Amino acid sequence: MIELGWWGVPIGVLGGAIRVSTPFLFVSLGECITERSGRINLGLEGILVMGAMSGYAVSYASGNPWLGVLAAGGAGLALGLLHGLACNLPRVNDIAVGIGLMLLGTGLAFFLGKPYVQPKAPTLSAIPLGAWSDSPHIRAALQVNPLFLIGLALALGLAWAFRNTRWGLVIRMVGDSSDAARAMGYAVARVRTLSTAAGGFLAGVGGSFLSLYYPGSWSEGLSSGQGLMAVALVIFARWNPIQCFYAALLFGGAGALGPALQSVGVTSGYYLFNAAPYAVTLGIMIATCSPRRTLTGAPGELSINR
Amino acid sequence: MASARDGQWRQAAEALVIPVAALAAAMVVFGVFMAALGQNPLEIYTLIYQGAFASAFSWQNTLARAAPLVLTALCVALPAQAGLMVIGGEGALVLGGLAAAVAGHLLSGVAPASVKVAMALAGMAIGAAWIALSGALRQYRGVNETISSLLLTYIAVALFNHFVEGPLRDPASLNKPSTAHIGDANMLGNLPGLDIHWGLGFGVVFCVAMYVLTRHTTYGFALRIVGGNPRAARLAGLPVTPIVLAACLLGGGAAGLAGAVEVAAVHGRANASLIAGYGYAGIVVAFIARQNPLAILPVAVLVGGLSASGGMLQRRLDLPDATVLVLQGIAFMLILGSEALYGRLKPFRPRAA
Repeated sequence: MIELGWWGVPIGVLGGAIRVSTPFLFVSLGECITERSGRINLGLEGILVMGAMSGYAVSYASGNPWLGVLAAGGAGLALGLLHGLACNLPRVNDIAVGIGLMLLGTGLAFFLGKPYVQPKAPTLSAIPLGAWSDSPHIRAALQVNPLFLIGLALALGLAWAFRNTRWGLVIRMVGDSSDAARAMGYAVARVRTLSTAAGGFLAGVGGSFLSLYYPGSWSEGLSSGQGLMAVALVIFARWNPIQCFYAALLFGGAGALGPALQSVGVTSGYYLFNAAPYAVTLGIMIATCSPRRTLTGAPGELSINR
Repeated sequence: MASARDGQWRQAAEALVIPVAALAAAMVVFGVFMAALGQNPLEIYTLIYQGAFASAFSWQNTLARAAPLVLTALCVALPAQAGLMVIGGEGALVLGGLAAAVAGHLLSGVAPASVKVAMALAGMAIGAAWIALSGALRQYRGVNETISSLLLTYIAVALFNHFVEGPLRDPASLNKPSTAHIGDANMLGNLPGLDIHWGLGFGVVFCVAMYVLTRHTTYGFALRIVGGNPRAARLAGLPVTPIVLAACLLGGGAAGLAGAVEVAAVHGRANASLIAGYGYAGIVVAFIARQNPLAILPVAVLVGGLSASGGMLQRRLDLPDATVLVLQGIAFMLILGSEALYGRLKPFRPRAA
């Protein structure tokens, strides 16, 4: 094996970014759809965990991990729908419902997922994009999961759809001014409910990546807050799907910093490096937010801007 | 005059009946869910009652769990009066516990009474600072406090792990990395005549004080104006930022104290047992209590009892320990949904004069 020395750190971070970023990518794209319609779903964390559990369970029962991915999306869709419908009630706050959904989703996942902690389910396989290289490190870093590529395509597709399709424009209009949408004859509540459900579907798929690829098993400590960070990530990405992709890579890389440094022998402060993604998120939010103006690109109806 | 009082009574009845009805509905939904999984819901409810409230021992267990919940719920409810949705009580609790453990260890040899005071103050100070940081970021930088407080919780847990597994680790703690023990003399005792530690006493005092502060003082009045309409508050010349920061300091102090009490009365040292989700359960408590400091007390006992009964369900019915989490989650969602009912039910509307 070739000694990489300090080069191991950037390669490890790159590989980590590709590996760790996929759940971030899906969850943030889902949140992007939801927020563009004018609602915030903080419950994506619960949906992510629920997706991870149901994906693993279905993959175990059916033997086909892709069925698991689909089931995870379905579970996320159902929970997203619940959030959307609850927020349609008068005087019900979307952030509070999100916190409720976070607790309900994780509770349900832990409860229903108990029997699946031990068994080994078939997981997704990766595409070895690094086969050209002799270095085992680079080969390991470039093991790319198909879901990552699907997420990339989805980001490009969404960015296009927000600008060029009818439903993309409807979602944006509902998010920017419910009065205008109502005047045009669109049912604001229904558009938001469907957008939240679609966001839930993507977050569920993101969760299935955790249990079916990396780390690749189901346990209660599986999620480390990816669902919550997605909300911050979407703000950082200015509600733009393509920037969501870059932001997800950045977050994945920050998360991989600790293990990458550990692999080259820097072990002190391992736990501090675990805080890196959160600290990066917070730092970026501090740098980009301002009390005097709303952020460029922010949907006008979003409650965090008012 | 009489009709004004009548209206008040109707409002109070509404504020009591709607949450209770929502909780009852949650029990029905949970019952149907468990029945669908082939369990007997009545048996589950009987066991929850037995595990939570049937004996002196279960009451003791319930109240020991309710104590930190009261304090972490205040960490949600006080900023909520100012219109902030802070959900980072877990971080304040964890760091408060760490600070108390450090203070207790550093001051070993000093008179126990002053060590106890120092531990409580250390916990409160760091908890207050942690939550006030979220408040300050919102006031000065426009960063959403819900998200920042949550990110700060993850950072707090990482800091906690770093110190407990690294610089502050007691070399004698092999299996479970911990800080050094604070010493038996410095442990917080029980309430006189009861088998319940002082944390509950602190919680009750804190709740009553915060109720008086928010409902019967000028500061509380200003706080609720800020929460109701910050723009109007600013136009009225209220110092909005100091008012918001004070609410965050008080709430964070309560959560920090919860951590300090957990260390000083239960564990004796800071370790992973401290990260038990009290901060998150406190959010549920505060919302079910509709951010009312006095209502937090009974709700915390209820939620504490629910979590105390988790062990019973596990032993008797072989159910996962997350069972009570499901019930909590359902109750939380229904309570939030019931918000839509206020002012819409005929019996609670004040009669037209």
